[in-house]
Amino acid sequence: MKLHDPLTRYVVRLGDDALIMGHRLSEWMSRAPFLEEDIALSNVALDFVGRARLFYQYAADLMGGEVTENTFAYQRDVRDFTNLLLCELPRGDFAFTLCRQFLYDAYSLPFTQALCKSADSQLAAIAAKAEKESRYHLRRSRDWMLRLGDGTAESHERCQDALDQLWIYTDEMFECDALLDGLIAAGIAVNTEGLRSEWLDTVTETLHAATLVIPKAQGNVTGGREGIHTDDLGFLLAEMQFMQRAYPGLQW
Amino acid sequence: MSEQLQLYEVFIRSSRGLDHKHVGSLHADDPHQALEYARDVYTRRGEGISIWVVASRDITASQESDCDSFYDPLDDKPYRHAAMYELPEGIDSL
Repeated sequence: MKLHDPLTRYVVRLGDDALIMGHRLSEWMSRAPFLEEDIALSNVALDFVGRARLFYQYAADLMGGEVTENTFAYQRDVRDFTNLLLCELPRGDFAFTLCRQFLYDAYSLPFTQALCKSADSQLAAIAAKAEKESRYHLRRSRDWMLRLGDGTAESHERCQDALDQLWIYTDEMFECDALLDGLIAAGIAVNTEGLRSEWLDTVTETLHAATLVIPKAQGNVTGGREGIHTDDLGFLLAEMQFMQRAYPGLQW
Repeated sequence: MSEQLQLYEVFIRSSRGLDHKHVGSLHADDPHQALEYARDVYTRRGEGISIWVVASRDITASQESDCDSFYDPLDDKPYRHAAMYELPEGIDSL
């Protein structure tokens, strides 16, 4: 599925981030450390899947014809997905999931705040809803950073390990490419490069409070925006898309 | 995080002007986390505008065995109830 219109590509990109993040979180359902956290984590997963639906529905409106939100979720191959690599990494242990979530939430809050000011009124409306969710997500994931980082020796070590593994994937969040440059000039897209310092401030403050250290940069891994993914996304899609692949057009 | 999660009782006020009502209990590491879980577990469908959480161990409760001495003596003191008054016309309940 090839997308040409820049706005549609941008909207689908945002939808992909949300769907893949939501799916990874949903994998914890019935597996979280205790019942209350299971419910809370599932709530966050649902927020992201709901966000993906809003973006995909808008993209479907922009494309017209037979395309629906489900087309984007279930009928595209791995190379068509343009989510951040950070979102698709396997869930790992609980510390890894929460560290990923914190690093992403610390980006997602200023991102949605900036998107509220988009010249595109539909994007601004979706962002207004997402911003409230992100505010709560960040409160939750920041809280967990403090609990795990400043908790037991084991939770601290797992948390630091997770951060060390995740760090090389964070730079991609702030990357600008030709698609973004055009949409930023039109006042539609968020200039993600401009979010970097706020993100780093939040992360630095929290990690410090959690007795964790900022990993030393060891290069960056990128490519998600061009559809160059880790092997793991293929397995995720195989599971998520199975029903629609086996029974095309199946409805509940 | 402590080794053992604590039990908390959750109270929710459904709208302004009403009292907080007990809705259930949950486990959490501290009151702060209990408040967030209360939000996730008990207010997903717009149930409330305010949440209280209280550590269950901080509640002093009456016991089944207290019933005789607490409540039975009230049975023969009907004058404590307002049941003897006749309601003015036009008022169905008071």
